[in-house]
Amino acid sequence: MSTTLVSNAPRRAAARAAARRADLTGWLLVAPALLAYTGFVIYPLATGIQYSFYDWNGVGVATWVGLDNYATVFTNPNLLGAIGNSFVLIAFFTIIPVGMGLVLATLIRSMRDGLALRASQTILFLPQIIPLAAAGIAWSWMYAQTGAVNQILGWIGLEAITRPWLADYGTALPAVGLIGSWVLTGLCTVLLLTGIGKIDTSLYEAIRLDGAGWFREFITITLPGLRQELAVLVTLTVIAALSTFDIIYTSTQGGPGRATLVPGLLIYRIGFTQSDVGLAAAFGIVMMVLVLAVVLPIQRLSRASDQ
Amino acid sequence: MITSRTEVIVGRVLLIVALVLTLIPLLNMLSAALQPADRNPIGLSWPSDPQWVNFVTAFEVGNVWRLMGSSAFIVLCVVPVSLVIATLAGYALGGLRMRGSRALLIVFVLGLTIPFEALIIPLYYQAQALGTLNTQWAVVFPLIGLFMPFSVFWMRAHFVNVPRELSEAARVDGARLWQEFFRIQLPLALPAISALTILLFIWTWNQFLLPVVLIANPLDRTVAGALTFFQGQYYASIPLLNAGALIIIVPAILVFLLFQRQFIKALLQGAVKG
Repeated sequence: MSTTLVSNAPRRAAARAAARRADLTGWLLVAPALLAYTGFVIYPLATGIQYSFYDWNGVGVATWVGLDNYATVFTNPNLLGAIGNSFVLIAFFTIIPVGMGLVLATLIRSMRDGLALRASQTILFLPQIIPLAAAGIAWSWMYAQTGAVNQILGWIGLEAITRPWLADYGTALPAVGLIGSWVLTGLCTVLLLTGIGKIDTSLYEAIRLDGAGWFREFITITLPGLRQELAVLVTLTVIAALSTFDIIYTSTQGGPGRATLVPGLLIYRIGFTQSDVGLAAAFGIVMMVLVLAVVLPIQRLSRASDQ
Repeated sequence: MITSRTEVIVGRVLLIVALVLTLIPLLNMLSAALQPADRNPIGLSWPSDPQWVNFVTAFEVGNVWRLMGSSAFIVLCVVPVSLVIATLAGYALGGLRMRGSRALLIVFVLGLTIPFEALIIPLYYQAQALGTLNTQWAVVFPLIGLFMPFSVFWMRAHFVNVPRELSEAARVDGARLWQEFFRIQLPLALPAISALTILLFIWTWNQFLLPVVLIANPLDRTVAGALTFFQGQYYASIPLLNAGALIIIVPAILVFLLFQRQFIKALLQGAVKG
């Protein structure tokens, strides 16, 4: 008994020293990543917050204006309109792709893993691989007066509604939104299909034997089984909708008029074309807070339903 | 599995519709690219006399060699550095779990939702102050930082699942920390690292906002960022614009087709973890 006590003390001291050494090593290993993150994310974020309180044209003297820039963000109809547009885009970036993905994944879940399924996955994934800027270029050509969309409408006898879709005030925003649906539907379908694959098939057999139709099956088994995947997809696609830039930049440049103006494009214009750095920085901060305000409740909801 | 016949048929039909809709814009780019360069093509129609020479013209007019070189340079700077520092940090946060690692993890995770657009104004003036503005470094440094939240989170998720007994056994055998890391941890982490490599490659190659804002000369950007230059260059010719855009997306598609299994797996896991 006494011998163990005596021999334990130095061993514990040694263990503590080892733990301290491990702490030090850990911090040394994190240091480079932390440095890159602090230097090029945290620091710019801090300077962005600082700029947002000043009136500054980027070269001259900056004047402190307090919360004026934020007041402009929330009162200027242009800026508010851009925020509104980005929320409209959620319908096309989130609701359509996730909805289509759910329908498709539910209907093809019984497909056997073979060449056809794998080829389908590959094709559905293609839009995810090409740059969004290229998608914007491809689709502006699709939507042109002489483009494929009008041509196909003509084939099915709908000449009456043909138009240059991106140049029309009423259709430009939905048309741009559908580019987002095109990009994201494949990702949603493939992810949801993988999720359905993890649901216990005996649940499906049980409910079918119980005489349930496809709707009850969908509500009581498929939806609850996919809630983690759904939370992820909604988060990803909402962020994509609120921070669209590439697609708009190469397709409409925010036009016609302000019909497709979004926050990302406005930040770029206000900051670099109009040289109102303070306002652009404030808009950037508001945009970040908006994304957080939309995304955090989704995460909270999915966590809560996990328990 | 019990499924009704109608369900199967409706499912197949919808799948085919989705596949066709996915492919049309891409095929439309190809069919437009093959039309005579001096004429405006009409919709979806296969040209009677495909002008493959358009690709050669677009390649030369668009300075594609220089662009690919510039993109490759940016990728070769961003991806390896991000991989190394994220793996080390992921090992520290997931494997060593030293004091303070939970707080650090939260600091990194918070960065996951920051849109690049929110930081672009300060990044511009930071690059100006550092003297990197209008060089590839203006994109390289911020991208490494901006990729850290996801990359660290990703690598930590791997290391946190490695059984602790493994490293304890190695320590008992008298292995030093770095020996344990290189001989045991690193080989086990290879699948996670290669998935991250694919993701970082595609995200860098397709990066648009940073190069457009931070590098004035389009020829020093990534290929995606140079697409705006193509739009100006081929303003008068839809066939050449489409040919140029196709040339630019081909490398990414090739990488995808080569590694598609790992790729889809990586993107799906990345989505769930992120």
